[in-house]
Amino acid sequence: MEILVCVKRVPDTAENEIAIKSDGTDIQRDDLVYSVNEWDNYAVEEAIQIRDKVGGSVTVVTVGDSEAEEVLRRQMAMGADNGILLADDAFEGSDGRGIAAILKAVVAKGKYDLVLTGAQADDGAAQVGGMLAAMLDWPYASLVNKIDTGDKSLKIGREIEGGNQEMNEIDLPCVLSIQTGINEPRYVGIRGIRKVASIEIPTYAAADLGVAADAVGPAAARVKRVDYFTPEMGAGAEILEGSMEEKIDKLIELLKAKGGLK
Amino acid sequence: MAQIFAYITHKGGAVDDTAAELAAAAQKIDAAAQVTAIVVGAGADLDAACQGAAKLFAQVWKFDNAALAYPNGEVVRKLLSQVVPAGSILLVPHDTFGMDMAPGLSIKLDAAYAADVVAIESLSGTELKVVRQEFAGMAHTHIAVDIAKGAVLTLRPGSFQPEKGAELAGTVSDKSGDAGDLGTKRRYLETVEAEMGDVDITKADVLVSVGRGIEDQDNIGVAEELAEAMGAVVSCSRPIVDAKWLEKSRQVGTSGKTVKPKVYLAMGISGSFQHLGGIKGSPFIVAVNKNPKAPIFQVADIGIVENILEFMPALTEKISG
Repeated sequence: MEILVCVKRVPDTAENEIAIKSDGTDIQRDDLVYSVNEWDNYAVEEAIQIRDKVGGSVTVVTVGDSEAEEVLRRQMAMGADNGILLADDAFEGSDGRGIAAILKAVVAKGKYDLVLTGAQADDGAAQVGGMLAAMLDWPYASLVNKIDTGDKSLKIGREIEGGNQEMNEIDLPCVLSIQTGINEPRYVGIRGIRKVASIEIPTYAAADLGVAADAVGPAAARVKRVDYFTPEMGAGAEILEGSMEEKIDKLIELLKAKGGLK
Repeated sequence: MAQIFAYITHKGGAVDDTAAELAAAAQKIDAAAQVTAIVVGAGADLDAACQGAAKLFAQVWKFDNAALAYPNGEVVRKLLSQVVPAGSILLVPHDTFGMDMAPGLSIKLDAAYAADVVAIESLSGTELKVVRQEFAGMAHTHIAVDIAKGAVLTLRPGSFQPEKGAELAGTVSDKSGDAGDLGTKRRYLETVEAEMGDVDITKADVLVSVGRGIEDQDNIGVAEELAEAMGAVVSCSRPIVDAKWLEKSRQVGTSGKTVKPKVYLAMGISGSFQHLGGIKGSPFIVAVNKNPKAPIFQVADIGIVENILEFMPALTEKISG
């Protein structure tokens, strides 16, 4: 099976405190730790496991700048066969539809049976996979947490409310968005990354993909971020101050009053 | 003004809580809007759901079709792409169905798409200003949506306060005949119910709930010791289950269990909306997190900025005497 996995380089929210620049134009990006989007990492692992079972190849692709290449290389160190970097100044400021249009062009250049994305990324929109499928006229399923391969179709599970699982049969080719927990992504060591350090990763610009410059970027975007802001919150939590000892004493008092401690 | 539609989620003949939230959100877009609810399904349950929707919306479009008996996102998208007029605004709950169906629908309708909207700010001409969150709830953004060609918006459940007004007596129109071919390349098979675990966290009065801050599987014991000292039960957030450190049956959240404890200790949990969606009944929430900006502090009653790996053992020791 020929599998394309769409990945994104994102600030790691587990490792960073996100702060907004005073002018609201962006978050403070200096000193941020970046990594591959967590959901995408599960998607790549799933693709590798499918390939190892039924044969074929795994290609990882990202839309980004030259720094995004490190993420492709990391996923190749995991076991992806090929990487493709989609980089062009014209891509900057694209909305979800623009990103999907760029990815559609790269899908058209290959012969893929299956396209995987993470269920969502740093902007939490969970949109690109579904848009890409609609543009390709391929079937789509989101939040996939189980894949059984078949000949012309897959049997897949979708995670739905309450931890229940919605089972579906979906024809190939298709697009699936992958939920965390579907597998246990393998560890990538520095040695693995060194092994793939010299593999050439092709870079395609808008013209290479046949993407019209005005179909992507800010001019084509119908959804635009105006600013980042800090909302006025309610009172929020009462923050206990003092030494650890003092906080613990105060907490025990409160827990007793609220029935949390006998 | 663009026509506004609301997609109604329903189960067993009852409309979901999100139906009233979509009605409230539509009023925020246009206070004078005559909003049309779209209710799809089959048989008696569908009729009952339409009656429920008619109490909230002026018009209800009913689509009765055996292919819609289960709301398969692919089938519903195909139907909506046939029946929603070009240029409309369609509101959909941002749940596991909406996430599945809506992004592709925006392409099919050639409409703008804004996902997981938490507030509607203003409408000026064809620019609809809404609020979203990014970076796991740690940053808010204003988003300008160009609705000139229509828009599909998914709305975060629980974010829009339903208005406590009089019930409407909306008209239900059977539009089933407008549906064309609904064949798709994805077929719903069955729903597999979540497994019950060894402990039922939904029955616990006091929960010690752990998140990413626990850092390592070996540290789960630290939470178990605290829970034991308190007579509480250990639950967790999603990353702990993804890492297979605790059973899925211990997960609190929209994709896990809905709990109703009296006291909830959120230990190293950042507080995503999916996690908070699983906490009901207004418990007394204590949050301990080393990140003072963690969203959990906005909803907790008591906040403590500490590393849980130091705080929990110290608390256990004090309680145990």
